[in-house]
Amino acid sequence: MNNKKHGNATQLSYYILEKITPIIAILGALFLGSIVILLMGEDPINVYRMMFGFAIGNRDGWGNVLFRATPLIFTGLTVAFAFRCGLFNIGGEGQVYVGAFFAAYIGFSLTNLPAIILLPLTIIAAAIGGAFWASIPGILRAKTGVHEVIVTIMMNWIAASFTFYLALVYKAQPTEEMKAAGVQQMIPHTEEIAEAARLPRVATILSSLNISFPSHNPLNMSFFIAIAAAFVVYYILWKTSLGYEIRAVGHNPMASEYAGINIAKNIIIAMMISGALAGLVATNEVMGYSFRWRQELFTNMGFNGIAVALLGKNHPLGVVLAAILFGILSYGGALVNIFTAGKIPRELIIVIQAVIVILVVVADEIVKRFIIKRKIQL
Amino acid sequence: MIASILNADFIASVIRIAVPLTLAGLGGVFSEKSGVINIGLEGMMLTGAFAAVAATNFTGNPWLGVVFAIIIGISLGLIHAIVTVSFRANQIVSGVAINLFAGGITVFLSWLWFQESQIMVRRSLPIWGVDVPKAGEALPLIRSMIVVFAHHSPLVYLTLIIVLISHVIIFKTPFGLRLRAVGEYPHAADTLGVNVINMRYLAVIISGALAGLAGSFLSIEQAHFFVRDMSGGRGFIALAAMIFGKWTPFGTVGAALIFGIGEALAIRLQGIFTIPVQFINMVPYLLAIFVLVGAIGRSNAPAADGVPYEKETI
Repeated sequence: MNNKKHGNATQLSYYILEKITPIIAILGALFLGSIVILLMGEDPINVYRMMFGFAIGNRDGWGNVLFRATPLIFTGLTVAFAFRCGLFNIGGEGQVYVGAFFAAYIGFSLTNLPAIILLPLTIIAAAIGGAFWASIPGILRAKTGVHEVIVTIMMNWIAASFTFYLALVYKAQPTEEMKAAGVQQMIPHTEEIAEAARLPRVATILSSLNISFPSHNPLNMSFFIAIAAAFVVYYILWKTSLGYEIRAVGHNPMASEYAGINIAKNIIIAMMISGALAGLVATNEVMGYSFRWRQELFTNMGFNGIAVALLGKNHPLGVVLAAILFGILSYGGALVNIFTAGKIPRELIIVIQAVIVILVVVADEIVKRFIIKRKIQL
Repeated sequence: MIASILNADFIASVIRIAVPLTLAGLGGVFSEKSGVINIGLEGMMLTGAFAAVAATNFTGNPWLGVVFAIIIGISLGLIHAIVTVSFRANQIVSGVAINLFAGGITVFLSWLWFQESQIMVRRSLPIWGVDVPKAGEALPLIRSMIVVFAHHSPLVYLTLIIVLISHVIIFKTPFGLRLRAVGEYPHAADTLGVNVINMRYLAVIISGALAGLAGSFLSIEQAHFFVRDMSGGRGFIALAAMIFGKWTPFGTVGAALIFGIGEALAIRLQGIFTIPVQFINMVPYLLAIFVLVGAIGRSNAPAADGVPYEKETI
């Protein structure tokens, strides 16, 4: 009896140990970051205090953090969902480009539809665009066995060129001021999407409820779509037979095949759902913020999703939390860059993110080995 | 029209495009022959490209730039080895992390040290070989021979030597035999007294060095500047070349030359037909996908490729 109690306690401590590896990794990365800041001749405590103070010290900061976390939730779910099927979808970048272009296209062409039709249509277009782009590596993997890692990366570069070309074809007409000044668009972007295809800002809604929130804050309804997407991903993966099959294929493809699961079908479906999640980034960047397609809006979102998924242990809740952390780092880092007059480049944050990824996988392995060792001893 | 495309200058540009792909692809061969997948080649190349420009501009000596690029490649290779061989973490995750790290650190240091995002290189390596004669001074055939074979960056000749040495090392020496054994059947190799861990460390470090060298060619020899993300997926294209080349040095060179032909042809065709430049830019990436699909069914990856080695304990 006593022995069993003791067993439960160690079991619990192992469980906790496994769950807190991301926190160890985050602290380790911030520590390494502080060494870099010291080497630059700045005070790390001061820099971090600034960073977190700006980001989460007030409502405006929180709004910006959640605005930046929104696309990362989508791309984090992208990577996590594919990973559950044993696939490395590192093509989120390209799937975002294409999904966002699909959304923008519907938004600026079907301008006479009412919002009740156009809003869902634009969101669906974004998901279809991403799913379409992810289906190509999915089909190649399922039907020919070509590894998806290289193909998805190649598809990123192809998507960048392809959507850039489309942006030139559907380039916005120069405004009157631009014509008068004789300036050209430096970076091509499309026409603005219809008013009916735009998602309302959170500030607008809160002000109608008499809650004070800065009106310039970019946080919009897309954040709630992202949270809903996290719930949907959880539901599909753990509450449906499709999710069961997808996880089975990811866990042990051979056994799944013996059990009668169609591996090829599940790989293609998993890639398409994964890509659709990436495409939904358009709800934040196109439908909620800039109202048009412009390439640099989406830079690195797909890649940052990889880090978010790994830190969040490929679980929807973990992804949301990791995305919010990266939102804090990203917004805080950008403001520190401005307030130190560029002395601390914002790319420091990218370095810290990469270090977090390396540390989290290493910490996972160390903990796993430690637990196995202890279990053998017991 | 064909003559205006397929001339000596065309072949020379094919060679120049193939050099970084070959070097990084050879890096992939060494690493994967030992059983470690190295997706981080892209990031090692990018960091190498930056290190080469930074060291050249600080010292004024492009040779030191090349050396520093190799050292940086080795360092990143060491990190990849520690994470994947010692800690047995997922090799693709580690490679992806190295790529993320490279993308951040190069731009970070660009701003920190040079206060700009595009850094011009102050000096390149001298061209080795014979000067190209002016039109009418020599027979066209001789001029062509010089352009193709004897008027290149020293790194081009070095690449050729590295290919030959790699082939000999991998297939003709005891070291190569052990390397392949470790990647095919590590338990058997271990039983016979081969140190699996050491072999894999060495192989991944060599692969980092080659990727760093490839990066230095990209920045100080080809582009003459460094700009963010300038490796542009070449690390992954190099992996495609390695797969198409059946994990052999000669096969990798052959595949890299195919990529060189594709890219050089696309650039030249653009001058004749009016193809939007965006479609020309897609060519290498489309080619990589076609090449990968074409390699299926005839490829023979090392049996233990991607599988972390764990010594059996009693």
